[in-house]
Amino acid sequence: MTGERVTDVPVVSLAGVDKDFALPGGATMTALTGIDLDLRRGEFVSLIGPSGCGKSTLLRLIGDLTQPSAGVVTVNGKPAPQARLDRDYGMVFQAPVLFDWRTVEENVRLPLELTGQERTARDARVAEMLELVELPDFARHYPYQLSGGMQQRVAIARALTFSPAILLMDEPFGALDEMTRERMNSEVLRIWEQTGITVVFVTHSIPEAVFLSSRVVVMSARPGRITRIVEVDLPRPRGVETRESRRYFEMVTQVREALRSGEGSGTSDDSLASIERAEAEGLTG
Amino acid sequence: MRRSPEVIPAAGPPVRSRLGRARIYLLFVVGLLVVWEAAKFIGGDPWRYFGWEWRPPLKFNVLNDQGLPHVWDIVGTMIGPYRRNADQSLFVYLLLKALYTWREAAIGFVLGGALGMALAAAFVHSQLLERAFVPYVVASQTIPIVALAPMIVFFFGNNVLSVVIIATYLTFFPVTIAMIRGLRSPDPRALELMRSFAASRRTILWKLRLPASLPYLFTALKITATASIVGAIIGEGPGAIQGGLGWSIIEFNQQYITNPSKLWGAIFVAALLGVSFYSLVRLVELRVLRGRPEASAG
Ligand SMILES: Nc1ncnc2c1ncn2[C@@H]1O[C@H](COP(=O)(O)OP(=O)(O)OP(=O)(O)O)[C@@H](O)[C@H]1O
Ligand SMILES: [Mg+2]
Repeated sequence: MTGERVTDVPVVSLAGVDKDFALPGGATMTALTGIDLDLRRGEFVSLIGPSGCGKSTLLRLIGDLTQPSAGVVTVNGKPAPQARLDRDYGMVFQAPVLFDWRTVEENVRLPLELTGQERTARDARVAEMLELVELPDFARHYPYQLSGGMQQRVAIARALTFSPAILLMDEPFGALDEMTRERMNSEVLRIWEQTGITVVFVTHSIPEAVFLSSRVVVMSARPGRITRIVEVDLPRPRGVETRESRRYFEMVTQVREALRSGEGSGTSDDSLASIERAEAEGLTG
Repeated sequence: MRRSPEVIPAAGPPVRSRLGRARIYLLFVVGLLVVWEAAKFIGGDPWRYFGWEWRPPLKFNVLNDQGLPHVWDIVGTMIGPYRRNADQSLFVYLLLKALYTWREAAIGFVLGGALGMALAAAFVHSQLLERAFVPYVVASQTIPIVALAPMIVFFFGNNVLSVVIIATYLTFFPVTIAMIRGLRSPDPRALELMRSFAASRRTILWKLRLPASLPYLFTALKITATASIVGAIIGEGPGAIQGGLGWSIIEFNQQYITNPSKLWGAIFVAALLGVSFYSLVRLVELRVLRGRPEASAG
């Protein structure tokens, strides 16, 4: 009902997932508890919640970069470790994490070097990816010669080289200014529409979450859990008019209230403050 | 591919600043020679040239012609024959000896570098190995080389192999320590990224850890370039290797009373060798780290 391509086959499924971290001194810290979440193929889902509520941890569980203490994580119809080995997802972090000894095209090529793909096919794929993120002119540049936004686009291109079914993004634009961020949002939407990929997108910004997503998963902290899932029924394609529409503001308000009510239990000062900050960031931009 | 104009090309320092640096080096050398002769002018032996005589007002033993020969005496000895009636000048003679010593040092440098890197790679991948062996690696370096050299010669014989082993011994330690650090230097997220690509530990070593460690490696190699030469020079004594600079130094040491300039010449050539080897490593470093922000530093 949001995007036309969305189907009902779950591409990511978490069932009864808990994640505890062992702390020094023998104590344990529950980062996530009772997570049940099904993502439909082709969906764009945002995770939003106060700092420390386990958004990154949830993303890393999907990516098999950390293992659940309880419950089952299924990715692309397989156990998460198998999906990782099959390279079913691509990951983008808050920082670009580019290898500074490699040029832009060599960075984008890195995943393909691990598969021993044939050279011409590989180079064609790299060129195609740079085209996708609109950086073909910068192929021979080194990362330090690019702006933060450009570096993050390289990271996105790199995450997409395997044509993964799922793109995991952990606050990819958190470090960018508001203008660049909005441009990057449109860019991500374009890529999402062009590739038909499923996106899981962690953000602190309510407007960003609403603008991008088919659904916004609202979380709360201590212990981290899902408090609400907000369906965003804004029409697509979304653009400048979307950000100015009445419905958009209604959705932003709805998500904000969901975040507030999630805070009702187990509140702590810093998590409240982080919500307030997220709001301020989002609405003044 | 079109290059956009606003981007600075990744290269070394501009040519002009390099010339400027050469001038500074030159100035420094000239300054050093001036200080050298000025000291002798104030506190050395009397100067007697073309019937002209100068008696320095002060007297220091280290500044007399035995301790600190005149620069022109050293130069004269260097361009003169290396021994009576020889065709070859002492300078060329010493350069050839230096080349011989450099070969020993370079083999030790390469072996020590390889050993250091292998040890570091093993330690980074196995905490058990690290905990078991790093103390011994450290302890090995507390043994003075002058104590160890005769033992190595005893085990491996009076040959070049012993010298190479001594050079290796002085080389591997800085490389091991720097590489442990360098192989561990990647951002944890870079490691997660590699995991997300389903990269094996081996691939992570080759594609991430090793390239990330190169700045650390070159820092160590610049140290070991000079250390390997010291090792080779020292090793030639107990090893009775007569083709190298170490032997010349011993020989000229014995002739010091009659002609101190010879030893000074040998010291100069040894320093030249060290600086050359260091510069070579630095050049390779600039080439290998091209494009990285840290390449132009240090
Ligand atoms: N490796 C770890 N060891 C111990 N505790 C951890 C570890 N990783 C995360 N945690 C804890 O788990 C909780 C959730 O962390 P996580 O990074 O997932 O939060 P987040 O929602 O992404 O926060 P932010 O918005 O600030 O990025 C935090 O309290 C954190 O301290
Ligand atoms: Mg996070």
